Amino acid sequence: MNRGRLLWRKSLNVVMLTLTGLSAFGVVSILFLILGYLIWNGGRSLNLDFFTQLPKPVGETGGGMANAIVGSLKLLLLAALMGLPVGLLAGIYLAEFGGKFFSFVIRYTTDLLNGVPSIVIGIFAYSLVVLPVKHFSTLAGGVALGIMVIPITVRASEEFLRSIPGSLREGAMALGASKWRTIATVILPAASGGIITGMLLALARVAGETAPLLFTAFSNRFWSPGWSQPIASLPVMIYTYAIAPYDDWHRQAWAAGLILLGLVLLANVGCRLVLNRGGVSRSI
Amino acid sequence: MSTASTTFEHAAPPNAGPRAFIQRLRQGDEIAHIVTLIFAAGILLITSLLVYELWINSTLSRHQFGLNFLWTQTWDPISGDFGALPFIYGTLVTSIVSLVIAVPLGVAAAVFLAELAPRKLSDGIAFLIDLLAAVPSVIYGLLGIFIVVPLMRTTIGPVIKSVLGELPIFKGPNYGVGFLTAGIVLAIMIVPFIISVSREVLLTVPRDQREAALGLGATRWEATWKVVVPWARTGIMGSIFLALARALGETMAVTMVIGNDPKIKASLFAPGYTIAAVIANEFTEATGDLYLNSLIELGLVLFLITFILNGLARLLIVATSRGGGHP
Repeated sequence: MNRGRLLWRKSLNVVMLTLTGLSAFGVVSILFLILGYLIWNGGRSLNLDFFTQLPKPVGETGGGMANAIVGSLKLLLLAALMGLPVGLLAGIYLAEFGGKFFSFVIRYTTDLLNGVPSIVIGIFAYSLVVLPVKHFSTLAGGVALGIMVIPITVRASEEFLRSIPGSLREGAMALGASKWRTIATVILPAASGGIITGMLLALARVAGETAPLLFTAFSNRFWSPGWSQPIASLPVMIYTYAIAPYDDWHRQAWAAGLILLGLVLLANVGCRLVLNRGGVSRSI
Repeated sequence: MSTASTTFEHAAPPNAGPRAFIQRLRQGDEIAHIVTLIFAAGILLITSLLVYELWINSTLSRHQFGLNFLWTQTWDPISGDFGALPFIYGTLVTSIVSLVIAVPLGVAAAVFLAELAPRKLSDGIAFLIDLLAAVPSVIYGLLGIFIVVPLMRTTIGPVIKSVLGELPIFKGPNYGVGFLTAGIVLAIMIVPFIISVSREVLLTVPRDQREAALGLGATRWEATWKVVVPWARTGIMGSIFLALARALGETMAVTMVIGNDPKIKASLFAPGYTIAAVIANEFTEATGDLYLNSLIELGLVLFLITFILNGLARLLIVATSRGGGHP
């Protein structure tokens, strides 16, 4: 009886522990499955045209996504210009100046903004930028992505500023530097590596966003000069091409998927390696 | 702005006269303080503006339908009759399906990473899982359409039907697209969040808890399941809430595999619709202000749900990391 129970407990132990291991490796293998499928399907579909040509009219095969690649870059540039400064300065406030209560409120709001579904951010940018002028624009897409960049940048900036040892700060102050001079010439440069990595991660994350662009930047089958016209972007192109009924469009969706995933993962691997080496928490 | 002026005085030394203040202003400290404060307050402003815009731009539909909006089933743009129930139902069902799959898988994987795997292996796997979390949702949608949907039609669906076909939730024709497919894709998307956060929480459980259990003769599994996991359960709940909030708001991947049909069906094989998906699909085609307002009100509903869930999740995670997880 007693021996039977012990045997049961021991076998339960082995079975359950094996199951936990299988779960972990199962989840990780999904990453490799995703990579494998995209390299297999996307690799076959990639060609030079993809990078240099405009989309062909519906029904014709061939063509590329040159406009969407440039479009994604333009949208990211706008997002960086709008989101990064706000995020950095707010991060400096939280790390260096903030009072207890107000900082708590800002931090909480930042987390909240981070958790807002991206499609809702899209509605927000739509009512802010598209509704008043009654047409989709690059600018609206940039605003949507820029808002999404802010919370990640705030957290990265605050965390890295806080990780700078107090002795550096005291050293600068002891030499008679004022607080802002200390921040600008000692603390920020010391934390800059981490902050820049955090910013890159933020941009990598919004680079793959589709939902907030659907009704802000919309899409465009041609070049989009300036900032006030609808513009194509890689994620939106993947979406439209994948749900369309043409085989050649599916082929191009895979190719675009490979490029997008490749860039996003490369940025993530690079940034996270730098961050892990710095020994800072992985919470970003 | 009152906050600005109060922090202003705080920042100056206690018995500083106006001269000392001007001195500090000249040095630039107060200017830097105010400038960064303005940007920090900007985040508050953006978030409040977001709520305001959602509220204002859904006025028409709020006045027309009132609270009935939430439990009416018709969605008829032509006659201008809008009810959110099919979308709320679809959002809840897909999220529940995804949790049923992702929670056991995620918690088990987190237990393995935190309790069993050597630190190096655990860190390596956690790194790969962070990468999985970084995969854009449209990529999941792409794989969903071309890999999961056919697989559902030819393999997963028939297998489930042959085993559990008698249950009402597995009755009805299997098209490949539908609640179950969307739930599976969502599960893959949220499992990295559960693993990541749960692992961190499990790692904060004090070492002596494990040692005490093992010392009393518990097996490794018993120590983990009966001592370590209960200790961390508040934080694990937090990770599940975070994942749920994400599943509810997820747009692209779901839109691409759910079938986009605003009907309430008991069968998980039936095509459905979610809040985020209907906004993504119909927003640019919405003709008439009432239609647009109804879609924006759906966005407001989605915002409120995720807002509450995220708030709860944060509280739970903070509670555990303060060591308050244990009763």
